[in-house]
Amino acid sequence: MDILSLFLETGFWLATVRMATPLIFGTMGELICERAGVLNLGIEGIMAAGCMSGWTWVFLGGTLWGGVLFAAMVGACLGLLHAVFTVHLGLSQHVTGLGITMLGASLSSFVFRMLLPQVTTPPKITPFAPLDIPVLSALPFIGPVLFSQTALTLLAFVLVGVTAYVLLRTPLGLALRMVGEHPLAAEAQGLSVLGLRTGAVMVGSAFMAVGGAFLTLAAFDAYYIGMVNGRGWICIALVVFSSWKPGKALLGALLFAAFDAIQMRVQQQSMTGIPYQFYLMLPYICSILALIVMSRKAAYPKALLVPFRKGER
Amino acid sequence: MRFEPRESVTLGWQVGAPLLAVLGSMLLCSGLILWAGADPLSAWRLLIKGAMGSTFALTETLTRATPLIFTGLAAAVAFRAKLWNIGGEGQFYVGACMATWLGTGIITLPAWLMIPFLFLSGALAGGLFLLIPTWLKTHLKADEVVTTLLLNFVVLLVVNWLVFGPWKDPMAMGWPQAAPVIDQAMLPILIPKSSLHLGFILALACALAVWWMMRFTIWGFEIRAVGASLKASTFAGMPVQATIIRTALLSGGLAAMAGVSELCGVKGYLTLDLSPGFGYSGIVVAMLAALHPLGVVLSAIFIAVIYIGADSMSRAITISNYIADVTTAVSLLMVLLAMFLTRYRIRWK
Repeated sequence: MDILSLFLETGFWLATVRMATPLIFGTMGELICERAGVLNLGIEGIMAAGCMSGWTWVFLGGTLWGGVLFAAMVGACLGLLHAVFTVHLGLSQHVTGLGITMLGASLSSFVFRMLLPQVTTPPKITPFAPLDIPVLSALPFIGPVLFSQTALTLLAFVLVGVTAYVLLRTPLGLALRMVGEHPLAAEAQGLSVLGLRTGAVMVGSAFMAVGGAFLTLAAFDAYYIGMVNGRGWICIALVVFSSWKPGKALLGALLFAAFDAIQMRVQQQSMTGIPYQFYLMLPYICSILALIVMSRKAAYPKALLVPFRKGER
Repeated sequence: MRFEPRESVTLGWQVGAPLLAVLGSMLLCSGLILWAGADPLSAWRLLIKGAMGSTFALTETLTRATPLIFTGLAAAVAFRAKLWNIGGEGQFYVGACMATWLGTGIITLPAWLMIPFLFLSGALAGGLFLLIPTWLKTHLKADEVVTTLLLNFVVLLVVNWLVFGPWKDPMAMGWPQAAPVIDQAMLPILIPKSSLHLGFILALACALAVWWMMRFTIWGFEIRAVGASLKASTFAGMPVQATIIRTALLSGGLAAMAGVSELCGVKGYLTLDLSPGFGYSGIVVAMLAALHPLGVVLSAIFIAVIYIGADSMSRAITISNYIADVTTAVSLLMVLLAMFLTRYRIRWK
């Protein structure tokens, strides 16, 4: 197969941007948490919960945007749980995060089975339709790739801009970064370390859940148990890859989605003698390689993983 | 509201706190059972009965606990040294792959040699496999939480390729599974007409050995010291690097032994669903046991009770057996809470 011709295909880029969307949401969410000093390993479960709750909202008769909002709220609640354990009680962020992942994933499966006890083929909903923004989508190449996506994809791109602006250009962003770098100094400035961290984890988790909801409300039209399928973990690797910068995180998400898209094309064509499983490994192997390259010069938020207690230092 | 460190913790509180946590999580999950339209009390009674009500149920539970003891020990040892090995699932399959490779006819030995040989080579493979992310951590500063986790997916894809490709058993009617291991490699059954196999005894022995090592040997002391404070142990001139490598070999080896034991003890052949997440449950097991090797045995049995019991409960009253997963997750969080309360007291003011 000619790889070069692949890159000239609009369909390929369209797929790349679509597949990047949940990664963008998840990575932004994780980035906000980590910038405030909290590692959120609950992401895989929070995405699963968003996936399920968004779909359920629509399935039970709600609107699509209502589903997105509901997913965000469910995500924020799981984020609050994570924050209570890690920020307020100062428990291990690794273990709590895994607990949240298990809780999110298992509750989603349980609730799904409760709602639909005996179905073999999952019922479908009408998902977000691709937008056709009048003038912009007529642009050559860029038009279909960027402006014939669903509204959630556009929202993801907007979100990156907003996150970057808030984080790097506003007093709130400065306060958040300070809490992640040097909580003592932040406290001395009269900032509430616990409050800011809790807020960051809740907002971040809401974004992750929207990333999950994208899967059921825009990419597919039904919910399958286990459909998040490791995307959350990829987001965690992407945050390190981006050295905690929103712009780079967007690039990283697109890069990995492109790997995924290539993998799918190559798999369909099966011209090479390489078994398709090895293409499926590419995103994971590349994540590890990216992690190695980036970790060497990584500027971790200094207070990441360090619990903060008043009066203790 | 403030938290104050406790000066001393009574033994009763130390043992009682996890029990209270488990009780609390059962109380929380009762809400879900009520929602499903069942009576929580009888549901929990059915669960206990389904897991421990008969000899058969009990052996089923102990069989299920066997891999959990191995993976729980793997997590406990690594976490003690603050080596965050989340890759138990991958190491499990590495062990199972080794057992498949060596156990399906390449080598034929009498059972008393074959079984230890498979366990040793499986453990070695698993340990060496964990050395990859460990080396990345110590030399290239790549976070091992992420690398061990991502490697799980890579290993599963390799297994996927093996059982659909080169190792596919032509006798399996098209099912994606490898050829069964030879008879000499199968673990003997301990109690006739049950599934309980030699792996359980081996798991108990490993728990004892790990406990003894952590408690009474220099190696164990070094592992605990490195975990307690990397800086202090470096300053004290301990062989930090060697300790981390030893920990990784041990942890990966134990997780891989779960794979060998499950393959040679229960199924006999490699499939993609050989482990329903034993590697991940092992983390819960280790945390429930507060990383104590002997506690791991108890908490592994506890988790096995929930799984086996929930299975029969869900059949008796129509409730999704995902209730087992929910209960495990809630128990983990509640135990974390309990562990916090053993260390701190709450002052309301």
